Amino acid sequence: METEPRPAGAPQNFEPPLVAPGYSFATVTDKIGSIVLGRGAPMGWWIGFGISFALVMGLMLSIAYLLARGVGIWGVNAPVGWGFAIINFVWWIGIGHAGTLISAILLLLRQGWRTSINRFAEAMTLFAVACAGIFPLIHMGRPWLAYWLTPYPNTMGLWPNFRSPLVWDVFAVSTYAIVSALFWFVGLIPDLATLRDRAKNRSARIAYGMLAMGWRGSAAHWHRYEVASLLLAGLATPLVVSVHTVVSFDFTIGIIPGWHATIFPPYFVAGAIYAGFAMVLLIAIPLRAVYGLQDFITLRHLRNMAKVLLATSMIVCYGYLMEAFFAWYSGNPYEQSMILNRMTGPYGWAYWSLLACNLVTPQLLWFGRVRSCVPMLFVISLIVSMGMWLERFVIVVTSLSRDFLPSSWGMYYPTFWDWSTFLGTLGLFVMLLFLFIRFLPMISIFEMRAILPEAEVEGHVHS
Amino acid sequence: MSEARRASQRFTERRAWRSLEDLADNPQFQEILQREFPAQASEWDDPTGRRRFLQLMGASLAFAGMTACTKPFGEKIVPYVKQPEDLIPGKPLFYASAIRLAAGTLPVLVTSTMGRPIKIEGNPDHPESLGATDVFTQAALLGLYDPDRSKTVTNLGGIRPYSDLLGVIHEAADAQRVARGAGLRLLTGAVTSPTLAWQIAELLRRFPLAKWHRYEAVDDGNARAGALQAFGEVVEARLHLEKADVILSLDADFLGGGPGQVRHVRDFARRRRVSQPGEAAAGRPAPAMNRLYVAESMPSLTGAMADHRFSLRSGDIAAFAKAVASAVGVPGVSRSADVPPLAEADLASTLGVPGVNRRASVEGFSETALAAIARDLRAHPRRGLVLAGAGQPPPVHALAHAMNQTLGNAGQTVTYQLPADAGVGAAETLADLANDMGAGRVQLLVIMGGNPVFTAPADINLGDLLSKVGLTIHLGLHDDETAAHCHWHVPEAHDLESWSDARSADGSVTLLQPLIAPLYNGKTAHELLAAFTESPLRSGAEIVKEFWARQMPGPGFERNWERALHDGLVAGTQFQSREVRLQPGFSQESEAIAAPGDGDLELVFKPDASLYDGRFANNGWLLTKLTWDNAALVSPATAKKLGLAAEDLVVLNLGGRRVRAPLWVLPGHADDSVTVHLGYGRKRVGSVGRRSGFDAYAVRLSSSPWIARGLRIEPTGKRYRLAVTQDHGSMEGRPLVRHAKLSQYLEHPDFAREMEEVPASDLSLYPPVKYAGHAWGMAIDLNACIGCNACTVACQAENNIPIVGKEQVIRNREMHWIRVDRYFEGDPETPEIYHQPVPCMQCEDAPCEQVCPVAATAHSSEGLNDMVYNRCVGTRYCANNCPYKVRRFNFLQYSDYASPTARLLFNPNVTVRTRGVMEKCTYCVQRINAVRNTTEVEGRPIRDGEIQTACQQVCPAEAIVFGDLSDPASRVSRLKAEPRNYALLGNLNTRPRTTYLASLKNPNPEFPEGKA
Repeated sequence: METEPRPAGAPQNFEPPLVAPGYSFATVTDKIGSIVLGRGAPMGWWIGFGISFALVMGLMLSIAYLLARGVGIWGVNAPVGWGFAIINFVWWIGIGHAGTLISAILLLLRQGWRTSINRFAEAMTLFAVACAGIFPLIHMGRPWLAYWLTPYPNTMGLWPNFRSPLVWDVFAVSTYAIVSALFWFVGLIPDLATLRDRAKNRSARIAYGMLAMGWRGSAAHWHRYEVASLLLAGLATPLVVSVHTVVSFDFTIGIIPGWHATIFPPYFVAGAIYAGFAMVLLIAIPLRAVYGLQDFITLRHLRNMAKVLLATSMIVCYGYLMEAFFAWYSGNPYEQSMILNRMTGPYGWAYWSLLACNLVTPQLLWFGRVRSCVPMLFVISLIVSMGMWLERFVIVVTSLSRDFLPSSWGMYYPTFWDWSTFLGTLGLFVMLLFLFIRFLPMISIFEMRAILPEAEVEGHVHS
Repeated sequence: MSEARRASQRFTERRAWRSLEDLADNPQFQEILQREFPAQASEWDDPTGRRRFLQLMGASLAFAGMTACTKPFGEKIVPYVKQPEDLIPGKPLFYASAIRLAAGTLPVLVTSTMGRPIKIEGNPDHPESLGATDVFTQAALLGLYDPDRSKTVTNLGGIRPYSDLLGVIHEAADAQRVARGAGLRLLTGAVTSPTLAWQIAELLRRFPLAKWHRYEAVDDGNARAGALQAFGEVVEARLHLEKADVILSLDADFLGGGPGQVRHVRDFARRRRVSQPGEAAAGRPAPAMNRLYVAESMPSLTGAMADHRFSLRSGDIAAFAKAVASAVGVPGVSRSADVPPLAEADLASTLGVPGVNRRASVEGFSETALAAIARDLRAHPRRGLVLAGAGQPPPVHALAHAMNQTLGNAGQTVTYQLPADAGVGAAETLADLANDMGAGRVQLLVIMGGNPVFTAPADINLGDLLSKVGLTIHLGLHDDETAAHCHWHVPEAHDLESWSDARSADGSVTLLQPLIAPLYNGKTAHELLAAFTESPLRSGAEIVKEFWARQMPGPGFERNWERALHDGLVAGTQFQSREVRLQPGFSQESEAIAAPGDGDLELVFKPDASLYDGRFANNGWLLTKLTWDNAALVSPATAKKLGLAAEDLVVLNLGGRRVRAPLWVLPGHADDSVTVHLGYGRKRVGSVGRRSGFDAYAVRLSSSPWIARGLRIEPTGKRYRLAVTQDHGSMEGRPLVRHAKLSQYLEHPDFAREMEEVPASDLSLYPPVKYAGHAWGMAIDLNACIGCNACTVACQAENNIPIVGKEQVIRNREMHWIRVDRYFEGDPETPEIYHQPVPCMQCEDAPCEQVCPVAATAHSSEGLNDMVYNRCVGTRYCANNCPYKVRRFNFLQYSDYASPTARLLFNPNVTVRTRGVMEKCTYCVQRINAVRNTTEVEGRPIRDGEIQTACQQVCPAEAIVFGDLSDPASRVSRLKAEPRNYALLGNLNTRPRTTYLASLKNPNPEFPEGKA
């Protein structure tokens, strides 16, 4: 177990600092900036990038084959019209939520500990939304007509059907993608200027210079920056709740037992944050190990995130409980046989694994020793991520495979192409992360400077 | 409300069970479940998949830059210089003709658009059809356009002109003329064509020593032998089911197939209808619903309709028949002495009362049950009917005839007439031919139609025998196994390309007229036989017309001829019924009938419901629940006894002859009995039929063509994946097919409606749709539906529904717009079987319409749930949200744009769907619009019944009625007003436009409460 510096005779409720002692403005800037501006990338970076790049090539191949032959290459069929594509979409979209929560809500709530993790969490959001966005497009029978889902003036005089949750999805997800991208980019500008100023390479200076948009660090710039980021945080905050609520409408508006439930919106939002924090941990733990950032992403950060994980797991499990309770209490035979089928039907293994992953495993986090044990946290986060994926599998596939008429019941088996597309987006996500840590500061330099003791001495605290 | 709930409980408190696989809960099934994603592995293993992928990648790269290089048509196109008189582009024409299948003939009307036949309907003016058809007739259209039909005359595989063959025939015929035809043999199937019979007779006159042999793999030989035993002459029974109150079927699947089936279903279904219970209360006679007893081994369509079904081994039915005959009082028949009398418990077990051991009942038959059946038959003299199945031995047929005679049914519910098949009595058998061939007495053999090399019994190796014949000529639709063993093969003209004539089961003759010039220069049997005469090039039209000119002499011939062509019926050709008398000594034969045997396994052969005897192997429209394969069907108990499960690959060993077959467990099948269907496992067949099923002919002997004893089953330890379109046979206690006994219905007419609470129709967020004009709707009478699948095939033909193939069926991607769901209820040994056709419900509050993001499915002003293919982007949300699961998605490019003949097949009034688009039943909107156009031109309203959907038109049972709900007098409105009418899943408040009329059973009240 890692330990953290703890002054002798510190009180019981001692909160360790967010940055390990001994750092100054200059050393923080050096430490983070050098990862980007240093010469070449370590061997590990090349290996990781290479593997993820290969997976992305696999994704390209899978999509090309899909476009050539049609969605029939996947396992989707007559009772189960949605399969991996929608499961993955919901899963990826959910993961993004942690980033927005950290950067927007924790910003508004003035949680200082978010500073060292918010940059890459936001990047994670963006990349997760990018992965998620692929699926609704390619899962369509005729993806080249996807633009028909948007309300644009056309000679046919046709509008999308505003009663359909899929149209709501288009608005929710596209808004989310735009706001997340803006928020992330605006937050990057001061750091991009720092990199511009410190870059020794001419082309890097030009590239960062253009991205920095003429940032000179004047008081007026800082003022506008503060206003803009607060406004964007305000804009992003409702999105944390709304996006996954709308995604849950895809199911709740449906008539299928197992979909048609009022508990879905809050339970989906909690599930999204749950999955998202698990993913933040999954990224943060190797990052701080590889790049020696234990001083910035401290054990305190990890412990806080573990607590969020535990809390959201309880909410999600309340949702599972209520689903079963509603089915029993409703007296509706179709609902009852739905929940029975989930537990004992051919996909029972998925339901019980999901409970093992999402309900049982996180209970370990009640123990402080577990929260402080980094490898344990990593394993638990991995299990939670799988559990959340299984949750979507159970909702989408199990509900569809056995609905009202037993004559139409049928099983869903994913094919090679289902897996290759899913793994491909995992590759895309990781590859984008690798590019991000190579070319952009993964921790906000100026915000880190602001939480140093040095900054407090000067009486200048950002956000 | 509590009243209703109690009523519904009374009707739902039946022990429903889950699917058999679930029920068994055996390790194999568990393994399937646990073997998480078995499908994924196949993509890599499948060499075709990989190769196809590379082809596509290459092609897509190559085509990426080639889109601008498309050339115009290579051929020169010439427009009509003179427009044919009656041809209006876009207006279909209808021609009367007939489609033949073995000894059966169905008179039809063929729809022709711009010179190509696109749909076959029954001929409503002909008594054998009355407008309906069976599945085979529907699928004949696909047979015409089958791209795998043989296309050229071949000699030893090489393409040759027909004139070469004529030369060869000329030489050979000259040689035969010297020998007076001693070496000339003709092998045909059933010959229902009077012209062909006349031609053959002429040929035999010219070659007096020549012989005609006749072979049908699925034949009524036993029935004819039985008639000979009973009456001393070969007559065919003609059923008048509309007059029968009580029917006893001894393994006779008279609703499922055979000549006259369409008419049988129509007459039978009419007697299933019940009048309003109110009428009975008002002193009018009680509803005259018939009662059907069926004894059979494999649950057939007839068995599913039975009010009492006895699951007996086919071999034991003879003893059962004898016992009934003795109880009925047929003179001279006594029961086999060694049948012990049985106790009451055996009755219960025979009737399938749960918990009572059935094994005892196989040893004998319950006295009480027999007595009850006999009393019922005796209580309805002249209004009963006893039928024996084609597979039953001749004494059973004789017993059935004797019972009908004794009970006075003969002349009332059954009459006798000459066989429609001219070969009966005139032609010799295949075994005779084999003898002659083996002895080297055959020099010239002409095989006309059929595929005898494949369908011959296993003890006649026709393939080898053919090599001993100097010259063999085969006329056939396909380059099949027989063609491969003959010197010459001539492509046969399809019925829709031919001039010919054919007798229906009632003897009436229909003239066949070609709807299209032969696609591949095919020849008819008439034309091939003409080659043996002085004028070898006479056309079929000339020959047929010459024959009829002789039959209808006089000046009015041309008018009569045209009239016959137009009507599809040559007037005055029906057979007269014959008076027959029971031969006194007939019962001697039945002395030999032994008591039911012990527990050895029997093997029963059946013609397949989709392949018949194998001739439809390349026809993808004909699909049943078990698709693309046949299987060895056994009862759950027998499977358990053998220690085997469904999809286990086994070896069927019948006296040393072996064939490998997958096992399938069928509830309701008799124990210790195995049923196999003929026609699968073809070796030389088109792309559709390849690699499907096993060849049951390999163990079929000429001595036991239907029922063979002493079967041994050897497990192989391997498994074989079968494509089943419905895996779950249980209703899970849900009120899907609502049913009751007739007596319960009379007491409680509203039982169906009270089985489920339907919410108020205004419980919707959206404003109700107002209908000013028509409001189309449909009612399906489950009491009439026999589950024959004709609706499914007719819909497929009408609506350009593609064939998807076995692999896609395994993945649950069949495309049918109307499917026939089949549910089992009760004890798995003797379940009740229910059929339910499910088209789109055309919901008023359609769940699909609401969720489509691009409004590609929308409500029409007449209440149709329209599907706009052009607008569909393929999110499949609508299909997910459809509680009836009637929406079908083009996961891949299913429609065949490539093969030229497939393009001819398409109905021009129905869009051909591309990949990525959702589709579903439209209530045949193209037919609605066609009638609307006509009536608008004529300035009159649409009459009730003027619009018929394809499924309605084909239905022999008249179970489907379509019409205008805004007209309270329309047939559909009146049906919906009946108390039996209910909405499927009505409590979802989808308010479906398609509703069902509950099913009724009419069991004998003498039987104990329980199962029938």
